[in-house]
Amino acid sequence: MSLDFLAYFYSPGVVCQILVGLSRTVILFIVASGLSLILGVLRIPNIAHGSLYMIGAFMAYTVSRVVGGGITGYWMAIILAPLGVALVSFIVERGIFSRLYEREHIMLFLLTFSFSLVFGDLVKMVWGADYRSVPMPTSFQGSIPIFGLPFPIYNFFLLLMGPIVAVLLWLIVNKTKMGKISRAAAVDREMVGAVGINVSLVFCIVFVIGCFLAGLGGALVAPIVNVVLGMDHTLIMECFLIVIIGGLGNIWGALLGSLIFGLTQSLGILIWPQFGIVFPYAAVIVVLSFRPTGLLRSTW
Amino acid sequence: MVKRKTTVILLLVAAVLVFLPLGVPRFYTYITALIVTMGLLSTSLNFALGYGGIYQLHHGVFYGTGAYATAVMITKLGYNPWLAYIAGPLVAAALSLVMGIICIRLSKLYFGMLQISLGSLVWAIVFRWYSFTGGDDGIHGIPAPSMIGSSKGAYYFTIIVAGLAMFLMYRILHSPFGSTLQGIRDNAVRSQAIGVNVRRHQLAALVMAGFFAGVAGVLFVVVDNSVFPDLLFWTLSLEITIMALLGGWFTFLGPMLGAAMIVLLRTFVSTVTEYWTFAMGILLMLVILFLPEGVLGKVFEIWKSRASAEDRG
Repeated sequence: MSLDFLAYFYSPGVVCQILVGLSRTVILFIVASGLSLILGVLRIPNIAHGSLYMIGAFMAYTVSRVVGGGITGYWMAIILAPLGVALVSFIVERGIFSRLYEREHIMLFLLTFSFSLVFGDLVKMVWGADYRSVPMPTSFQGSIPIFGLPFPIYNFFLLLMGPIVAVLLWLIVNKTKMGKISRAAAVDREMVGAVGINVSLVFCIVFVIGCFLAGLGGALVAPIVNVVLGMDHTLIMECFLIVIIGGLGNIWGALLGSLIFGLTQSLGILIWPQFGIVFPYAAVIVVLSFRPTGLLRSTW
Repeated sequence: MVKRKTTVILLLVAAVLVFLPLGVPRFYTYITALIVTMGLLSTSLNFALGYGGIYQLHHGVFYGTGAYATAVMITKLGYNPWLAYIAGPLVAAALSLVMGIICIRLSKLYFGMLQISLGSLVWAIVFRWYSFTGGDDGIHGIPAPSMIGSSKGAYYFTIIVAGLAMFLMYRILHSPFGSTLQGIRDNAVRSQAIGVNVRRHQLAALVMAGFFAGVAGVLFVVVDNSVFPDLLFWTLSLEITIMALLGGWFTFLGPMLGAAMIVLLRTFVSTVTEYWTFAMGILLMLVILFLPEGVLGKVFEIWKSRASAEDRG
């Protein structure tokens, strides 16, 4: 048997393909980490998280239309769109979720699904059902050579964003008082309340941060995809699976899960283009067969 | 008291269903057949979810598999349709068995998530395997035997098969097996302690639920003559969960009622506005907040409290 196919995997084209796959992984990670945070602390399996990602992308579109497509418009979109999403989530949390923490998981799951239905139609009302695109600022256009092949600058930028978000999130969760309280509340909510801490407020903040990340993911992905209704449908399921295989509530687990998911997908497309999308799901099944509660320690 | 009222209403509904095609346009018999199909599907979900306490979050996959198995056998493999109608549910049950064996070790949300993953795998294969399943176009114009080829024939076939399936499920749930299943739902540890094989009972419930979902899939092929990948997508699974919840998931007929409400809502609200999912979302929210036991659950509760008031008075 010849080993030619291994040489094929070392070819520059494949390396580029994998790097592009990794930059998609970054988006998955940013959205999934928010989901994981909410799942770990508040124990809400938030289906509407995907809708918030979609809203983030549409808000980025609006901001870049209002401000203009240049670099200023881009940064404004990256900052304002997640903040807008955070505001929406704040209203939803205070209005409805904060009253329902004691309900069964399946009820919360369905409640968040009802929100995703409502958000989906709200997006249709506000932005319509057409394809939208967010202009790529000129400084992000073009590509840099990697092994002699062009690699888009924007994907490179995304690859940088992943670790930045991961480290910031780790600092917030592990090094701030807020993060410590939220981790304690995840383990024993009543005890944290009993020592005089406003648990409800902590939950609200965690929820808003998680949703901010969904919006950030949406805003970051907006220049490289078609911003369209239904862009949340596959993504949210992928994020759920990522969070599950990583370990519920574990930020590093979300990173690991995204890597597994993103890499199996980009490798899968190389190996067998027609059934590339099957590979990540198969990977999830393999992981869960051996580690039923995820690879890393869950907060549950 | 409650039982007599239910019987009377059921007989009335059955009479209406039998004579419906004589009086109304074809569109309404189509909608009614669709309601019965979705109701059967939702009831089979409730078999596992409401009665078994199993987090069956991707039940739609068995429905889609039943429908696709039938469609592929008829159009690609050239089987006799009647044979395919019998084989469809069996394929769904077999898939349910395989997925059940893989998932059953996990509990609650993990079970549901692994099931969604496996289901998404099936969906992805169906979605991409153009030569066999028609890919994202699906398969259209699936021929039916001439006996049920007309819309009236399809309607009566649907009603009869669904009625039979509902009756079977009712009998199963009111057999010792059904009681054991509910015992496991309420307290798995105690059931284990008195010598019940919890896993085996749950697995059996999953296979049966998958089988009846496959029956619903066959009925969809008969009614609609087409299949498409959305039948296996996770949003459909959540939709039928909503039907079960809306109607009342600790009642046997609740999911059927919920299916009728959702299908009618979709049919008529979507003629008025394109934002019918908005309406459905709001409705679901209100049900979860104020009517967690579902419409039928509430109705039974009221009847029961009235009956007991009469007894006292």
